[in-house]
Amino acid sequence: MKAAIITFPGSNCDRDLAQAFAAAGANVIRVWHKDSTLPAGTDIVGVPGGFSFGDYLRCGAIAAQSPIGAAVRAHAERGGYVLGICNGFQVLTEMGLLPGALMRNAGLKFICKSVELRVETGQSGFTAEYAAGQVISLPVAHHDGNYTVDPETLARIEGEARVALRYTANPNGSVADIAGVLSENRRVLGMMPHPERAVDPVLGSADGAAMFAGLIGRMALA
Amino acid sequence: MKARVHVMLKDGVLDPQGEAVRHALGTLGFSGVKGVRQGKVIEIDLAATDKTKAEAEVRAMCEKLLANTVIEKFSVELI
Repeated sequence: MKAAIITFPGSNCDRDLAQAFAAAGANVIRVWHKDSTLPAGTDIVGVPGGFSFGDYLRCGAIAAQSPIGAAVRAHAERGGYVLGICNGFQVLTEMGLLPGALMRNAGLKFICKSVELRVETGQSGFTAEYAAGQVISLPVAHHDGNYTVDPETLARIEGEARVALRYTANPNGSVADIAGVLSENRRVLGMMPHPERAVDPVLGSADGAAMFAGLIGRMALA
Repeated sequence: MKARVHVMLKDGVLDPQGEAVRHALGTLGFSGVKGVRQGKVIEIDLAATDKTKAEAEVRAMCEKLLANTVIEKFSVELI
């Protein structure tokens, strides 16, 4: 599996994400935001966490319009996989690849801690290695993770079982405790928690490793 | 020509920052504050001289980048 990990000015989880994919057995290629094409044969694009462009204007707004953005959109539109974590999730909503938006946390504070999440569906490459209903622990580190979506879209997302992850104790005010949401074709996932920071017991949790393993498994079948 | 863009959260979208400001105003003794909404003002210096064209262009900028129309509304004023 070939994973392309994007770096924007201000990304700070790009290396961790590359490491997590590599540890799972992926062939990882790092991509710069000014590149206008993805490496040939890219199976999955990783949009990492951080503070792209200093969070200016809105979190992820400027990164979403960067040259590599058009290539990521084209990749998603032809059915390619995309994983956006934290700031990456914000970038994907700003690009319109995922519904909704991430607003300032309801409590207004930056939240940096481990949280419990319930895996709501195993029906995606990202969650195939988890059991639906399984509770896992992953770290969050964000100021703008308050997921917001209009009631009609929320009903559609819920109806199509596109909520991948839900907080067991909502830390940031997200509607319906949503921590991660899938695209209609279930190949784009945006999530605020950091699976790439939980891929080895030495990091406090290895609960994120199954996400990368699941993706590798899915690509191997393809 | 200059354009001034106001970006505000849509009605009905909870504004945690505005709420915090409202609380702080209450703490300062301003008891009559019923609500606070916080937004952005963006000023753009334009080369255009045609008002209609300029407004259309700035509205396109808002749709594409300056506002996230999922949660925000905007207004354009030429000055």
